[in-house]
Amino acid sequence: MTPAALSPTGIRFENIDKRYGGLYALRRVSLEISAGECVAFAGRNGSGKTTLLRIAARLARPSSGKVSFLNGGEESGGPLPPAGFVAHATMVYDELTAEENLLLFARLQGIAQPAARAEALLREVGLEDRRNSLVRTFSRGMRQRVAIARALLNEPAVLLFDEPTTGLDPQGARWFAETLRGLRDSSRTILMSLHGESEVSTLATRAIRMEAGAVVADTRTGANLRSILAFANA
Amino acid sequence: MAKRAILGLVTLGLVVTAAFASFYVVPMERTMGPIQRIFYFHAASAWAGMTAFFICFFGNLLYVWRRQPNWDWLGVSAAEVGLAFTTIVLITGPIWAHPVWGIWWTWDWRLTSTFVMWLLYISYLLLRTLIEEPDRRALLSALFGIFAFLDVPLVYFSIRWWRTQHPQPVVMGGPGSGLEPTMRKVFFFSVLAMHALMVLLLSERYRLEKLRGEVDDLRREAEAQ
Amino acid sequence: MALLSNAAVLLGKELRTEFRSRELLTTTVVFILTIVVLFSFTFNPSVGESRRFGPGLLWLAFLFAASLMLQPGFLREQTNDTLSALRLSVSDPFAIFFAKLVASTIFLLLTEVLMLPVFAVLYNVHILAVFPQLVLVFFLGSVGVAIPGTAFSAISAQARMRELLLPLLLLPLLTPVLIASTEATAALLDVKPSLQGRWLGFLAGFDVVFLTALWLFGEYLLEE
Repeated sequence: MTPAALSPTGIRFENIDKRYGGLYALRRVSLEISAGECVAFAGRNGSGKTTLLRIAARLARPSSGKVSFLNGGEESGGPLPPAGFVAHATMVYDELTAEENLLLFARLQGIAQPAARAEALLREVGLEDRRNSLVRTFSRGMRQRVAIARALLNEPAVLLFDEPTTGLDPQGARWFAETLRGLRDSSRTILMSLHGESEVSTLATRAIRMEAGAVVADTRTGANLRSILAFANA
Repeated sequence: MAKRAILGLVTLGLVVTAAFASFYVVPMERTMGPIQRIFYFHAASAWAGMTAFFICFFGNLLYVWRRQPNWDWLGVSAAEVGLAFTTIVLITGPIWAHPVWGIWWTWDWRLTSTFVMWLLYISYLLLRTLIEEPDRRALLSALFGIFAFLDVPLVYFSIRWWRTQHPQPVVMGGPGSGLEPTMRKVFFFSVLAMHALMVLLLSERYRLEKLRGEVDDLRREAEAQ
Repeated sequence: MALLSNAAVLLGKELRTEFRSRELLTTTVVFILTIVVLFSFTFNPSVGESRRFGPGLLWLAFLFAASLMLQPGFLREQTNDTLSALRLSVSDPFAIFFAKLVASTIFLLLTEVLMLPVFAVLYNVHILAVFPQLVLVFFLGSVGVAIPGTAFSAISAQARMRELLLPLLLLPLLTPVLIASTEATAALLDVKPSLQGRWLGFLAGFDVVFLTALWLFGEYLLEE
């Protein structure tokens, strides 16, 4: 997973509020993520992890506050390349083949030589012999590989994973951990929401716990990484 | 409180005066007799309803732009009040038509357009009942409201042209068409009175929606604990 | 321009998906056929009567069928949240709408052109001489149906009772399309066929108004 030229990118969340009616999904969240960090977010369902990731992915807009991407500590001007986003939903079409899916998104994103790129990614995620199979026929683990391939199409400097190991068997989880290690080591900035300790969580360089839409613990400010993850479901 | 009372009294005064004028001041219409007097009520309601729907459109646009809940409150209040006045038009139409032409309904182009407009705004309200989350409900209904209002002139024109190709008895002459001076004055006064009533109903309904919104917010906040 | 190329790519996806399963097309054609047959029991289909009532019932059948056929538009994008993937990938969200409404227009037009000869045979009307003009009317009308239909499909996908909601939102709004299309079709099927420029112009105007509205407001329909 070695990208050609990747400009390390950090993320800054400034006073993010996300309201649904009178309900606060996120409450004055301010965070600075440095380029190359691999951050694990822990917290119960409804603590705001998914909302924060979707805001970082620019799928949702904050009710107030600002999220910006930083290039060398400065806000990057100009249009932002989308972050790679992998959610629990696969975000690919069941009625298309693996290759057709990748080609579709590659073309939409205006990637040069889409066919070559799709083929390369399929090889990297180990699906080249299933390229012409409909995604509908894939197992959960294989669907996740397609999802990751899709997220990597435009060689994003930032990757967002929303509960990536849910529904994976041990083999699938191991594959994901390996893949994540490779991505982390190629200086991408990674945010992932997790449920607890696992092979994946050991790869995190920083952990943040969220509760009721606010940040309650952060290893950067001295909290213990294991304790953040261990009490994730408390 | 005092402001509401004053608005109420002024409106009451206007409406009573308009009613009195349409019964006692205006001369009897030659061909249709006393039932024609309903025209002042019927046509004025149509104008008031139309103004209300325009206010709804305005609220919808502003909500999409600014995303402040009060524009949503304005939108739904105006839609409901507009619908009330439109219902009056649809009911008084047949009441008028029956003694004059012996039929309850003809697909007269004005009444038909009004009927379609009524359906559009009923759909607007129904849509709102089917979306739980308040911000989503406000946004999606505002967008539908914008589409619906853009459709209104298209509905009017298409039905009117269609009716010129397939003529039917017309329920009422155009407002101001062949209206004798006293009639014209009373008509415009009725329009004023109906608009005052519309504004009164709108402000009360808006107050209610505002309170409802605040209670709803508190309830959601409490449930989330 | 990125918008058009994105729309073209997405249109390719819509067409490929549909022609692979053909479920939408087949069910719509059968549905219209059923209505056309049922209508025959409601009046005496002599040549004169058919000319009078035929165009109206044909367009009613199209409208009902369309309000069902447009449902899956955005519903399909919810199953695996592919809508989010699209929103992340396209430069202008209007491309998503544009592709879907072009696809819907094509599907509608296809079913209408398929149904036309069937209708002509069952109801004894002459269509051959005016076939190209009929296709023009059907095209303008179908676009008129597809534009608000696609917009409201996005709305109803986010509400309850969506099966009933889409027809409810769509049908009153399409009154002008029904009137204009019926009149134009009737004029073409008349004893002395004529092309009603006024109604065609009106349909084109309707299409322009709502395409513009969708272009201006579409992105808000997809907001989270």
